[in-house]
Amino acid sequence: MQKTTKQRTNVDWFLTVLRVASLAVIAAGFAAFVAQLIDSDNPFARWANPDAISLTGEQFRGLVVTGLAQGSMYGLIALGYSMVYGVLGFINFAHGEVFMVGAMTGAITSNKLAESGYWESSFVVCLLLVVVLSMLVCTITAVVMERVAYRPLRGKPRLIPLITSIGVSFFLQNCVLALLGSTVKSYPDLPNWLTDKRTFLDVQGSKILVVLVAATAMVALWYLVEKTKTGKAMRAVAEDAEIASLMGIDVNRIIVKTFAVGGAMAGVAGILWGLLFRSVIHTTGFLPGIKAFSSAVVGGIGNLGGSMAGGLTIGVAESLGPLMILEPLGVSGPSQLRDAVAFAVLIIVLLVRPSGLFGEQLPSDERT
Amino acid sequence: MSPDAPATNTPAPDQAASEPVLELRGVNTHYGAVHILKDVDLAIYSGELVCLLGGNASGKSTTLRTILGMVKPTTGDVVLNGQVVTTRSTRERVALGVTMVPENRRLFKRLTVGENLEMGAFLRNDADGIATDREWVFELFPRVKERLNQKAGTLSGGEQQMVAIGRALMARPQILLMDEPSMGLAPALVQQNFELIQQIHESGLTVFMVEQNANMALSIADRGWVLQTGRVVLDDTAQNLLAHPDLQASYLGTAEQ
Repeated sequence: MQKTTKQRTNVDWFLTVLRVASLAVIAAGFAAFVAQLIDSDNPFARWANPDAISLTGEQFRGLVVTGLAQGSMYGLIALGYSMVYGVLGFINFAHGEVFMVGAMTGAITSNKLAESGYWESSFVVCLLLVVVLSMLVCTITAVVMERVAYRPLRGKPRLIPLITSIGVSFFLQNCVLALLGSTVKSYPDLPNWLTDKRTFLDVQGSKILVVLVAATAMVALWYLVEKTKTGKAMRAVAEDAEIASLMGIDVNRIIVKTFAVGGAMAGVAGILWGLLFRSVIHTTGFLPGIKAFSSAVVGGIGNLGGSMAGGLTIGVAESLGPLMILEPLGVSGPSQLRDAVAFAVLIIVLLVRPSGLFGEQLPSDERT
Repeated sequence: MSPDAPATNTPAPDQAASEPVLELRGVNTHYGAVHILKDVDLAIYSGELVCLLGGNASGKSTTLRTILGMVKPTTGDVVLNGQVVTTRSTRERVALGVTMVPENRRLFKRLTVGENLEMGAFLRNDADGIATDREWVFELFPRVKERLNQKAGTLSGGEQQMVAIGRALMARPQILLMDEPSMGLAPALVQQNFELIQQIHESGLTVFMVEQNANMALSIADRGWVLQTGRVVLDDTAQNLLAHPDLQASYLGTAEQ
């Protein structure tokens, strides 16, 4: 970005001003927040927003846990974007819809289980079953999508599969709309021991559960990618597909497996959505999908640990940001602005660290 | 040279009777409309160290890509251990015992050295054999063992070359192809690298290398071919090639300016 040999251009100055301004807003908001915590009558706090009420410890903890729970869901979806980008070099925008298919599968199966009474009597087993089914359906969706829509475009310019993925996204949305209708599908009520606030650390048990499930899925994925032969082959293909094929690795098969694993992670995330928000419609995939894509970029696309960290960053930021930065600065109705905060994080990270927090990992033919 | 007469080469006398490990029979390869390889006939026998020489754009890399099936010849055949593999995939050819150390090494830089070696043995399932070959690689290159858990991208050029050769050896190939082994290495390392190749060859492996550095390559090779704009123009023993007046004229004169 800053070339030492060249003079700084107007664009460079503009970017610097943007960087400083955005960081200054965050710093001012945070300072006002701290000022309120100390004494809401002190001059700085009153100047910033005379009506602001500071957060209690309990509220703060609740927001952090909510942020972590949503963030880990974004992270799981982000893995699918990141893995496909790592291997094929294009953004699969239909991945958000795969996540929606998972949430739908979860809604349908969990309602059936609730009708039969198992959902309440043996919740953990049911949840496990629902997660496995959702993973299965999402894996199949992702694999079929690769076979039908993307494989015929292998070797074409990257823009073509990218645009195709937007088409696939609409196709999946409309398939679900046609098959299941446009009504909101609700998840059955969660057992009391999960919704009660006293469970653990004074936060809702369901959010802890979401974090635990996401962490389990992440550990499983880490093991797959780092320790198994298939995972190593995936990383080899992501780095240099031509040389990988020289080792006798079947690149097409690895690509299918990459889509399958990304789909499975989206399936888990779909159920987590169900646990957090308890309702799903055919357009549910869009916003979480875009936020997960942002998470992947924030963490450094192609970098799996980065995707998870990016998801947590965006999740916590959109949960805490409105009340910690915007409210103390006197923005009215800050909680409505959480989506704006999420994308502001993306923009600020790209301004300050263009290759993401943990560095992007691109195929070697793109690194020139 | 017609496709029916593959034996235009002059194999070393004691190998004349045996079947070649690798053979190209009247191969013509095109990239689109561009005719790259023109009636190339090569035969490499077990235990040989042979080289293919030529300047830029003479078709050396295309020859290797044709052997490995990364491009398909328009006419002619690739024969591995007596089997015609012209229509087979790269994967099947690797399984039949041909493997390549690519130009500029091209390790998986984000994988560890150990994982790189593991990828080399990707098609093998004999855990014991793989372990034996790993030990063999460590014996050839003690450095590789020291760096086993390091990311391959953090290694020096010379060490990367060792890992690249080691990775290829892990496939336990019948024949090892080397694309420009001296490319991108410091001059001191080039010498060392050719000693490595000789060492591997002496351990019994058939080696086919493609090289611009003719003097260096011929100093260790048994035989060689010179490729010029896709056609084999010289085919002789290494000593004869070194002494050949046309070698300078046809190739060295232009390539080493």
